[in-house]
Amino acid sequence: MEATTRNFERNARKALADTKLQEALARLSHGFPAKRRQAIARLPEFEALRDAARDIRNDVLENLDFYLERFETRVGERGGQVHWARDAAEARSLVLKICQDAGARTVTKSKSMIGEEIAINEHLEANGITPVETDLGEYIIQIRREPPSHLIAPAIHLSKGQVAESFKEKHGQFPKDRSLEEPRALLDEARTVLRESFLEADVGMTGANMLVAETGTVVVVTNEGNADLTMSLPRVHIVIASLEKVVPTLDDAATLLRVLARSATGQEISVYTTFSTGPRRPGDLDGPEAFHVVLLDNGRTTMLGSELHEMLRCIRCGACLNECPIYRAVGGHAYGWVYSGPMGAVLTPVLIGIEHAGDLPNASTLCGKCEDVCPVRIPLPRMLRHWRQRQFEGNQSSAASRYGLKAWAFLARRPALYRLAVGPAVAVLGMLGRRRGRFRRLPLAGGWTASRDLPAPAGRTFLALWRKRPAGRP
Amino acid sequence: MSSPPPNVGLFVTCLVDLMRPVVGFAAVKLLEDAGCVVSVPAAQTCCGQPAYNAGDQTDARAIARQVIAAFEGFDYVVVPSGSCAGMIRVHFPGLFAGDAPMAGRARALGERTFELTQFLRDVLQVPDVEAEYIGTATYHDGCAGLREMGVKEQPRALLAAVRGLELKEGGEAEICCGFGGLFCVKYPDISGRIVDGKVDDVLATGADTLLGGDLGCLLNVAGRLKRRGSDVRVRHVAEVLAGMTDGPPIGDP
Ligand code: SF4
Repeated sequence: MEATTRNFERNARKALADTKLQEALARLSHGFPAKRRQAIARLPEFEALRDAARDIRNDVLENLDFYLERFETRVGERGGQVHWARDAAEARSLVLKICQDAGARTVTKSKSMIGEEIAINEHLEANGITPVETDLGEYIIQIRREPPSHLIAPAIHLSKGQVAESFKEKHGQFPKDRSLEEPRALLDEARTVLRESFLEADVGMTGANMLVAETGTVVVVTNEGNADLTMSLPRVHIVIASLEKVVPTLDDAATLLRVLARSATGQEISVYTTFSTGPRRPGDLDGPEAFHVVLLDNGRTTMLGSELHEMLRCIRCGACLNECPIYRAVGGHAYGWVYSGPMGAVLTPVLIGIEHAGDLPNASTLCGKCEDVCPVRIPLPRMLRHWRQRQFEGNQSSAASRYGLKAWAFLARRPALYRLAVGPAVAVLGMLGRRRGRFRRLPLAGGWTASRDLPAPAGRTFLALWRKRPAGRP
Repeated sequence: MSSPPPNVGLFVTCLVDLMRPVVGFAAVKLLEDAGCVVSVPAAQTCCGQPAYNAGDQTDARAIARQVIAAFEGFDYVVVPSGSCAGMIRVHFPGLFAGDAPMAGRARALGERTFELTQFLRDVLQVPDVEAEYIGTATYHDGCAGLREMGVKEQPRALLAAVRGLELKEGGEAEICCGFGGLFCVKYPDISGRIVDGKVDDVLATGADTLLGGDLGCLLNVAGRLKRRGSDVRVRHVAEVLAGMTDGPPIGDP
C-alpha cells in the first residue's frame, strides 16, 4: 500500500473531525484497556510472567541465527520448506512462485501483518490470483480496500452500520432488503461468502504468532478459527512471518501466549491456538500436501545490536495502541501505513525510512503508558527519543524548530544571560495578562491558543523575587 | 532533630520560575517547615527536557552538566515537578554514556533527587502539613512523576490531612493531559483533543479545584478549562499544602 505517513498531520486532522471514527475510538479506549486490567488482576504472577516473556524474547534475539537454523532444520525434517526473503519484493516473488507452481487461482488468508507489510494481496491480484481474507475484520477492510487500523482488530475504526453498507455493496447475490442490523447477521453473511472460498482455495496463507525452533512448529492464534480452515483445507499452506518471530521451545511459546492474550484482549487465552508442523503425514486426517514458510527480514536484522534492538521483542499484542493517548485520538489510519501507535511509530521508520515517516516519532507526549503496559517491557519512549535524535542530528527536523530550540538552548546554557532575556518578557506578559489572568490569543503562540487559553505569568520570575528575600534567611 | 538539618537545593524548574513563582515559595516554605535548610542556586535555568525530547543531545548534555555542577553539593535536590525530577534522576545518567566519571556524578545526583511531595513523605516522613483549603479537589497525575518517579500516594496522603479539603478521584487521573512539552504546540489539534478528554474527566468528578504536581500539565488543563468557560480553580499542589492560596488560581485574574 501507498504510505501516507508524510501526511500525518493532515491525516490526524481528518481523523479528529470524523465523528464515526471518534465513536469507534471511544469504544476501543474503554473496551480493551479495562479488559486487560481485569485479566491481570486475576493473575497475581503477571508481572513475573512479563519478566519471563521479556527474557525469552531477549534470548531469541541474542541467538537469533541459532534458533532460525534450528527452525529451518526441523521444518525440513517434517517435510516442509523454509524460504528466506531479504525484503518485501523478495517475499512477494517467493509467495507468488509457490502459488503459481500450485496452479492456484484462489488463496485464502488468515490475518497477517506481514501480509500487509509486503502488500501481498495487491501483488497476487496483479498476477491473476484472488486472495480472500478469512478473518472477519480483515475481510471487511479487504472489501473496503483499506489498510488495517489496529494490530489485532483491523476494522476497529468502523461501525456496524458502515460494515453493513459495505456488505450490501459487495454481496450482490443476496436480497437487497435483507436486514444487517445485528452483528450476528453480518457474521453469518460473511461466513456464507467465505465458505465458498474455503472450498475453492488452492493455497492457504497464514501469518504466525510464533515459530518454535525446537519442533519447527508454527503457532497462530485467532478468535474465529478461520486460521485452522485456512491452513488445513487447501493443498498448500504458506506461512509468512518475520524472522524475529522464532522462539526456542513449546514451553516458551506457552509463556508468551499467556501474556499475549491477556495484553491483547484480556482473555486468558485466545479462542483458537493452532500449532501446525509440516505437511500432512501418511495417516493424517487432514492438512496440506505442501508446507512453506517464508521468513522475511525487511531490515529487521539491521536493528539487532542497535538502539532499536529491543523493539524486536514485540509480540504484536496491541496493548500499546489501546493505551496510547495519541492513537486513541486519531486512530490507526492517521499513521499512514501498516503499523500504528507507539510500536508503529518506532517500527515504521525502520521499514519505510525515517525520511518518509518523520512525524511518527514526534507525535507522542512520551507519557510512558506504552512501556508501562508492554508485556515484553519494550522501552518505547526511549526509542521514540532515539528517532528524534537521529532526525535532529541528520538535520531532518524543521528549520524553524531547530533554530528556536538552539536559540533557547543558547540562553539556557548561560544562566546570567537567560535571566536578562526572560525578565522583561515575563514582565510584559504579566502586565498584559493581569486583568484576565490569561490570553485567548498571543502572537507566536497560535499552537497553544488554538484550543486553550494561555495562563498569564505572574510578572516576576521566582529567581528575581528570591534575590530580594529579606537578608538573614538562607 | 538530632542529626544536622538536611541541606536541600531547590530546583525551581523553568515553568515555575517564569510563570508561577508562588509554587517556588510554597516549596521553600514546606521544606523549611519540615526542618530543611533550603538554597536556590542562581545558576539554574531549565532541566534540559525541551532539548532532550527534541533529540538535541548536545544541548541537553550541556544543560545537564550545568545542573549537576550547581546541585551536587547538596544533600538533596528537590523539584516541584515530577517531570523535571525524572529528567534529572532517570535521564541525566544516560546522557553521559561514554563518560564514566560524569555518568557517575549524574547517577549520584539522581539518587538524591526527589519530587517535592515524594521528598516530604518518603524521605522526611512528614505526617501532616498544617494547612487549610476549603473545597473539593481532584488530582491529576503527571506522567513522568507517576511512571518515572513513582509519585502517586504521596501528594494524596498529604492532601488528606488538609483541613476542609475533600479529594475526589477522576476515573482517568493517570492518563496523559496532552501537554508533552513541545508536542502541544507542534500537534495542537491532537493535543487539544487529548486535553479535552482530561477536562471532561475533571468536570465529571464535580470537584471545584484541580491539583497537580507539574506546572506543564496544569497550564495545559487550566488553559482548556478556561477556554471552555469552566470556573474550576487550578493550582499546584504545593500552594495548597503550604497554605499559599491567596493569589489567583492558574489562568484566573
Ligand atoms: S510494543 Fe509491546 S505493547 Fe506494543 S504491540 Fe508490541 S508487545 Fe504489544
